[in-house]
Amino acid sequence: MSSLTALFMRDFRLAIRVGGGGGIGVLFFLIVVTLTPFAIGPDLALLARIGPAILWLGALLASLLTLDRLFTADYEDGSLDLVLMADTPLELAVAAKAAAHWLTTGLPLVIATPLLGLFMNLDAGASAAVALTLLAGTPALTFIGLIGAALSVALRRGGLLLAVLVLPLTVPVLIFGVAASNAAIIGPLPFGTPFTILCALTMISLVVGVFAAAAALRQGME
Amino acid sequence: MPLIDLANPTRYLQLSGRALPWLIAITAAACVAGLYLTANAPDDYQQGATVKIMFIHVPAAWLGMFGWAMMSAAALGTLVWRHPLADVAAKAAAPIGAAFTFLCLVTGSLWGRPMWGTYWVWDARLTSVLLLFLMYLGVIALWRTVEDPSRAARAAAILTLVGAINLPIIKWSVDWWNTLHQPASVIKMGGPAIYSTILIPLLVMAIAFTLLFMTLHVAAMRNEILRRRVRTLMLMQAQTAPGSGA
Repeated sequence: MSSLTALFMRDFRLAIRVGGGGGIGVLFFLIVVTLTPFAIGPDLALLARIGPAILWLGALLASLLTLDRLFTADYEDGSLDLVLMADTPLELAVAAKAAAHWLTTGLPLVIATPLLGLFMNLDAGASAAVALTLLAGTPALTFIGLIGAALSVALRRGGLLLAVLVLPLTVPVLIFGVAASNAAIIGPLPFGTPFTILCALTMISLVVGVFAAAAALRQGME
Repeated sequence: MPLIDLANPTRYLQLSGRALPWLIAITAAACVAGLYLTANAPDDYQQGATVKIMFIHVPAAWLGMFGWAMMSAAALGTLVWRHPLADVAAKAAAPIGAAFTFLCLVTGSLWGRPMWGTYWVWDARLTSVLLLFLMYLGVIALWRTVEDPSRAARAAAILTLVGAINLPIIKWSVDWWNTLHQPASVIKMGGPAIYSTILIPLLVMAIAFTLLFMTLHVAAMRNEILRRRVRTLMLMQAQTAPGSGA
């Protein structure tokens, strides 16, 4: 268990210290949300109506873009070879890296959401609802993006290809994340129905993402 | 003939070379029969002649999904058994499946214009077929990104299998999303039952399209095997060329 903790702490420290990309995701999120009123006009009623959708799209893109380098950096400095050769199952190592990534990029997005909710003219309850759905849903985005990040090691490519491959898979998460937020704000559905489905999607992507990413890494490093 | 013999690309080229003319002949005959029955099928009392778009549209939709199922089976062959022809089959199936999905989208759009008054609605079925098409394009892009076919094959196989798990979830969530956002605006087709005057041409067209898919697939697999041989020969030639240091 200690090697997993070490891996987790290493990724965590790398992300929050100089040169890590931990803060950039939140900054990107902030800029996407700031750009929206310029694109659609400063109509507060309209912003409140589409606010949850904008916040979700921003979070989706922010967590996707920060995943690009998750395994590639380790591949380039050779530490990925060590992880592959270690006794620890690769699936668990991948999950530890994903957890560190989510803590440093997904969780800050959740914390920033109430502030950005103000920009989108969301009231306190609505902001809390969006933050709660992001808390439940962003791990799913990390785990789905994990597959793309592992594939980009196998392919020696990243960037746009990664987005093209991963974004269609995130459609269910986006649907239920926005649906749960809207259910809390305007109804008529109870919040719990889409929210529990969102949690279920996170669980499914936890399993599928970790195993698929480990398989992609094994195939890619041969 | 044991199935394992097909694993040898040379044997496969021999066998498929012998089978291909027959496949082409049967496909052409089925297409002619299907189109003849379609032309003679009665018009719908509400939709007029536009109902005949269905005879292209429905088989195309079925083969769009069939293509992904075939790619998933081939992906298992690549990852589990390292079958030497499985990745060839998967690579050859992707553009054909994408083409049928595209055909389904285009014919659906052309059918939608007179029936619904618009080329596109964000209906659940249309949306999930569009996502299927986008995922096909992603797999094709992946195949085209990596030079080494065997490396691309395993990456594409993993993506295909993840897609196979995700496609039902996507389909189901889009259905859910659609019923939440808008009431059913789609005219339900054909009433409670499809009459045999419509059903028989439809089935014949489905068989014809399936044969077309298989013929194109066999031909594309042959092309892919030959393309890889050309690539290997060119690599060998480059290695033994004067000045290459070999």
